[in-house]
Amino acid sequence: MDAVYIITTASLFAISCSLLGCFLILRRMAMVGDAISHAVLPGIVLAFLVSGSRDSMQMILGAALLGVFTTFLIEFFHKKARLQTDAAIGVTFTWLFALGVILISVYAGQVDLDQECVLYGEIAYVPIDLWITEGGQILGPRALYVSAFILLINLLFLGLAYRFLHLTTFDPAYAASIGISIALWNYLLMGAVSMTTVAAFDSVGAILVVALFVVPPATAYLLTDKLKYMMGISVLISILISILGYYLAVAIDGSIAGAIVSVAGVGFMLAFLFSPRQGVLRSRKKGAVKWSEVS
Amino acid sequence: MMETLKAFFSFSDPSIVSVTLGAVLLSASSAVVGTFTFLKKKALVGDAVAHAVLPGICLAFLLAGNKNPLILLIGAFITGWISLVLIDWITARSKIKEDTAIALVLSVFFGIGILLLTRIQHTGNAAQTGLQSFLFGKAAALVGQDLLIFGIVAVLLLCTVALFFKELKLIAFDEAFAQATGLPVKGLNLLLTTLTVLAVVTGIQAVGVVLMAAMLITPAAAARFWTDSVLRMTLIAAFMGAFAGLAGAFVSYTAPTMPTGPWIVMIISLLALFSFFFAPQRGILYRQYEQRQLQRQIMEENVLKELYHLGEKDQGSHSGRSLEELIEERYFPEKRLRTALRRLRKKGWVQQQNGQWGFTKAGQEKGRRVVKLHRLWEAYLSTYLKIAPDHVHEDAETIEHIITPELEAELEQMLDFPDRDPHQSKIPY
Repeated sequence: MDAVYIITTASLFAISCSLLGCFLILRRMAMVGDAISHAVLPGIVLAFLVSGSRDSMQMILGAALLGVFTTFLIEFFHKKARLQTDAAIGVTFTWLFALGVILISVYAGQVDLDQECVLYGEIAYVPIDLWITEGGQILGPRALYVSAFILLINLLFLGLAYRFLHLTTFDPAYAASIGISIALWNYLLMGAVSMTTVAAFDSVGAILVVALFVVPPATAYLLTDKLKYMMGISVLISILISILGYYLAVAIDGSIAGAIVSVAGVGFMLAFLFSPRQGVLRSRKKGAVKWSEVS
Repeated sequence: MMETLKAFFSFSDPSIVSVTLGAVLLSASSAVVGTFTFLKKKALVGDAVAHAVLPGICLAFLLAGNKNPLILLIGAFITGWISLVLIDWITARSKIKEDTAIALVLSVFFGIGILLLTRIQHTGNAAQTGLQSFLFGKAAALVGQDLLIFGIVAVLLLCTVALFFKELKLIAFDEAFAQATGLPVKGLNLLLTTLTVLAVVTGIQAVGVVLMAAMLITPAAAARFWTDSVLRMTLIAAFMGAFAGLAGAFVSYTAPTMPTGPWIVMIISLLALFSFFFAPQRGILYRQYEQRQLQRQIMEENVLKELYHLGEKDQGSHSGRSLEELIEERYFPEKRLRTALRRLRKKGWVQQQNGQWGFTKAGQEKGRRVVKLHRLWEAYLSTYLKIAPDHVHEDAETIEHIITPELEAELEQMLDFPDRDPHQSKIPY
């Protein structure tokens, strides 16, 4: 039963992340997603201090705001100080992450967060942390509910926003000309990214959540040219890597999240080498044919 | 406070000396290398390397079975290096963009590293304790053999950069030109990659995986705001890095529970934020000040111009005008018009007599010049660029504030002091 709980939770988080990730990588904002996942740390610590627990709604909302603030800061340094984007990202997220770690040390007695959990989480504890109602009824692992809830919100958001995100991603100039606010949809997307990051934080940690945002969509991106197919393939990959990753982790007795990401990496490499249309080996063959034709 | 400062800087405690020396050397050397990755716009590559060294360290430990820093360093170096090659390969051979490639390599390598690290931890091998310090750094505990090795690497880095300074500078700015002058660009890029990996591998000791990016990027970004010379930028970055290292060591001395690495990053980030806002020429505040000065100048010149236009309509009698008259000639928000007029009076270009504003001698001269430039430019656009008369006004409206006296003289020569602009208004000389 534990295996089912863990795999389901991991899959649900991975699906949320990879659906949003499709838009992140198409907008060339993969590293902004990376930055957000680190920069929400001080928000998590502060929300923890205020609310006293780590899975409250306030915390998710607070951290989502901080994620949007991060996006804003990066834009601000880039536009107002004319700092190149990569440096603006690097400076912003390391600064906020350092602040978060310092806050954890200052309030070590009051904040039940450790640095390791921040970096790579521990999804193996999912079945232990049960949601028990006041009547004493056991409803199952809390993280399972959180992951399902977050996925539901993301599906709602993407369902409503798909048209706008699609337009602002592929043709921002046209979108702007028909009165769609590029900034608004950008900030909404970043808000969804931060919210998902914070929710998945406990289970997979700050850096591995980035892998879920980037690796399945990037793999799907190599297999198709259509956004809808890309999202569909990402979802399949998310489920597949969660199952395979879990059993890999059990087999070699290591971190489940780490194993899921490792499997995802292998999957990407396979697509990169053997993708029917865009794989390296495939295109080399095509190249070879052309070369012989020329000579 | 004074007492602790004194105790710290007397360096009577040998452990303070080694910690401080370690933090300063590591921070300064990564700042120097970071300057070049920053200039090549590859700042985030350092972040990828920082995460990618983790599997190397774990593999080296698994193979060697002990924590010999040299062996771990070699393992870290190899995977760090592979990660950079992979990023280049993925971007070159598929439609995946660089930012995605960086995020992908970074997180997958880190995931593999975590898998290996947890695997090592679960074996219960006693020798493994301390591998975690690579995740979070241990600047406050750098002593003995570790310090010696990392100190040597840091000095090596600094010397190499000093030796190849000119070449590195060239490939950072203009690879094509460097190639044309016969420099071995590929070799130099390889050198820079190697330096980056080395800087990361050693710097990670001080601040850990996540914050390593800051050690490379932040000092360089801050230094960029103070100078345009690469040499000075490198020196400023090194100095800022060293200062942050020193300050971080001091913090961990006064408050031993505080993490040194994050404090080093916090201090260097605060230096950077200060630079972003307050640096002369490039800082946000200076830019805004300059922008406001320009806006003021444009507003003032526009007011003088309209006063002149009103005078022209009255056949050259530049008597006083009321605010309403001015606003009717051209709309200005009343409040802004009042402040602009007040500033103009202070400068001695307009005077006020019972509610009426009129030119002083100098002011009339100013207004005439703006009107002249406007019409000269219109004449130039229609004569030389053959732009229709009804399309030249907007352009002249902006350029009239910018044209220098030299350009003015040249326009006059070129157009041979024309009488009238395309709208048949007289050009006043």
